[in-house]
Amino acid sequence: MSARGANRPGPDADGHFGIYGGRYVAETLMPLILDLEKAYEEAKDDPEFAEEFERLLGHYVGRPSPLYHAERLSAHLGGARIYFKRDELNHTGAHKINNCVGQILLARRMGKTRIIAETGAGQHGVASATVCALFGLPCTVYMGEVDIERQQPNVFRMKLLGAEVVPVNSGSRTLKDAMNEALRDWVTNVESTFYLIGTVAGPHPYPAMVRDFQSVIGRETREQIMAAEGRLPDTLVACVGGGSNAIGLFHPFLDEEGVSMVGVEAAGHGIESGKHAASLSAGKPGVLHGNRTYLLQDEHGQIIEAHSISAGLDYPGIGPEHAWLKDSGRVTYVPIDDEQALDAFHLCSRLEGIIPALEPAHALAHVVELAPSLPSDHILVMNMCGRGDKDIFTVADTMGASL
Amino acid sequence: MSGRIERRFAALAEDGRAGLVTFTMMGDPDIETSFAILEGLADAGADVIEIGSPFTDPMADGPVIQRAGQRALRAGITLSKTLDLVRRFRARDDETPLVLMGYYNPIYIYGVERFLNDALEAGLDGMIVVDLPPEEDDELCRPALDAGLSFIRLAAPTTDEARLPAVLTNTSGFVYYISITGITGAAGATAAATQQAVERLRRHTALPIAVGFGIKTPDQAAEVARVADAAVVGSALVTAIEEGLNADGEATPACRDNALALVRALGEGVRAARREAAS
Repeated sequence: MSARGANRPGPDADGHFGIYGGRYVAETLMPLILDLEKAYEEAKDDPEFAEEFERLLGHYVGRPSPLYHAERLSAHLGGARIYFKRDELNHTGAHKINNCVGQILLARRMGKTRIIAETGAGQHGVASATVCALFGLPCTVYMGEVDIERQQPNVFRMKLLGAEVVPVNSGSRTLKDAMNEALRDWVTNVESTFYLIGTVAGPHPYPAMVRDFQSVIGRETREQIMAAEGRLPDTLVACVGGGSNAIGLFHPFLDEEGVSMVGVEAAGHGIESGKHAASLSAGKPGVLHGNRTYLLQDEHGQIIEAHSISAGLDYPGIGPEHAWLKDSGRVTYVPIDDEQALDAFHLCSRLEGIIPALEPAHALAHVVELAPSLPSDHILVMNMCGRGDKDIFTVADTMGASL
Repeated sequence: MSGRIERRFAALAEDGRAGLVTFTMMGDPDIETSFAILEGLADAGADVIEIGSPFTDPMADGPVIQRAGQRALRAGITLSKTLDLVRRFRARDDETPLVLMGYYNPIYIYGVERFLNDALEAGLDGMIVVDLPPEEDDELCRPALDAGLSFIRLAAPTTDEARLPAVLTNTSGFVYYISITGITGAAGATAAATQQAVERLRRHTALPIAVGFGIKTPDQAAEVARVADAAVVGSALVTAIEEGLNADGEATPACRDNALALVRALGEGVRAARREAAS
């Protein structure tokens, strides 16, 4: 699952990608994290585990997701041949479920009896609640009050699935605070509880483990593009909040020198406004939530609240492997602001009949910028990592419409 | 090594009693009030003083310490201003050990080498950094020990026999045993469980053992003092300060009075405990 190469070196035995990653957690959690690492290493080598994972991805999630040639969008932009990796067609409507299936299998293997999760947009919360229902395990989801307000449909879905949604009212009341609260729960309920982290952040082994589970996206893309075009793509584009859908798409291609990759960060009201979530473009290295990575922070090392119209990108950090890939120059990271993302959201809905989530709408906005300048034989793959049903209230709000 | 921590625990052992370790947040509710409280702690009965350094995302702390950290950050406290408070404290008290407690990122951004130099010069004796387990010792622990500062480690109920030696290596000053799995301010452990845990630790280390988490009353402090070398009180003290705030959330003289009254009572509890045990 985790092949290595010059651009895929890590992490090392201590969970570091260069200076990034690591295990910066309280002593109470440390033994659990070591247990988890051991359990994951064993599971990785167990064919039965892989088989069960594949079976659920195929029959429950609905994989492989299609690789779709967006002809109307390609013609409209008049440049590159644009493909969408349709991970929004997965059960529960986003790529998040891939990782949840992997981690719930691991939780069961470890004999854990209770699942906790954090969520921003609610997609990971819904995916966690879903696999918990499937495996008959109680699920508690921590969610910031601001996110609960803007993602009501997902809150209700989680409740329908039997999960308890706990509102978090500390700090910025968004994803980072939900993660703090989930870590507090875990410190308190160490014996019974499995913490199902939704992105490629947190202490080792989470960044590597979540990446491995999400790499199914890139592996499928490789096969599908070879079948469709007979060659590898020229450019891959994906949005990055914590960065799980992007690393999932990128990782199997990192050692292919001909494939360029772009991660798209949320610039909120614009980088210069200070109200954004672009930790790679405007942050600097620091330590939060168990790992060293690029963070939005002030000159005293206090974390600055992130801002994005997309709840799923509204996080002041980024997965440590992305931090490493930025420094190494292997992946380029660019910012896209709220307005650009909304324009792309509308464009895609009208032109392709696909209402994208606001998260991949950021990736799409970059494709809109990039594609016209590229030749018509340039193959570009964008990860459509989530569908926009959850965002219709937010978008209606920006249009002055009431639902 | 400044030796203040070692001298203090040696003196406590000679007295045949356990110590009282207090925690208050620097800058809570404002910088001057937090200093006024800090100045009064030793006279009120604190044997070792932990000074909290706030972080926006204190993932191991309960609501009480979180709120204190938010008040302190609003009041404009920084690591550098915290070290200023250490200097002012040292001008009048050169013997009571001061230990900084916080999270790693503010120290990392300040710069590890610069922090250790400034901390040593200011008169700090050691540090407890919640999110630096032994696995990350190269970051701050080893440089701190090399610089002559104590790096005080947390041991938890989840720290098993196999792991204890790793946790106790590179630990100096004292060991801080977290008596429960949980966040600061939660309910405490039973006396029996604490006693058992301390005995387990003693088999692995000769360092003094301080026990914290969930100690709120003089009786609870006394209970811990019967088995451990020190009792740590944090959230209860921070609550006492919080209760002294006026309706606008500003400091009143009651902040200091409440805090020091509680420390006096806790100190008496701790002092009484060992005498009972000795008689």
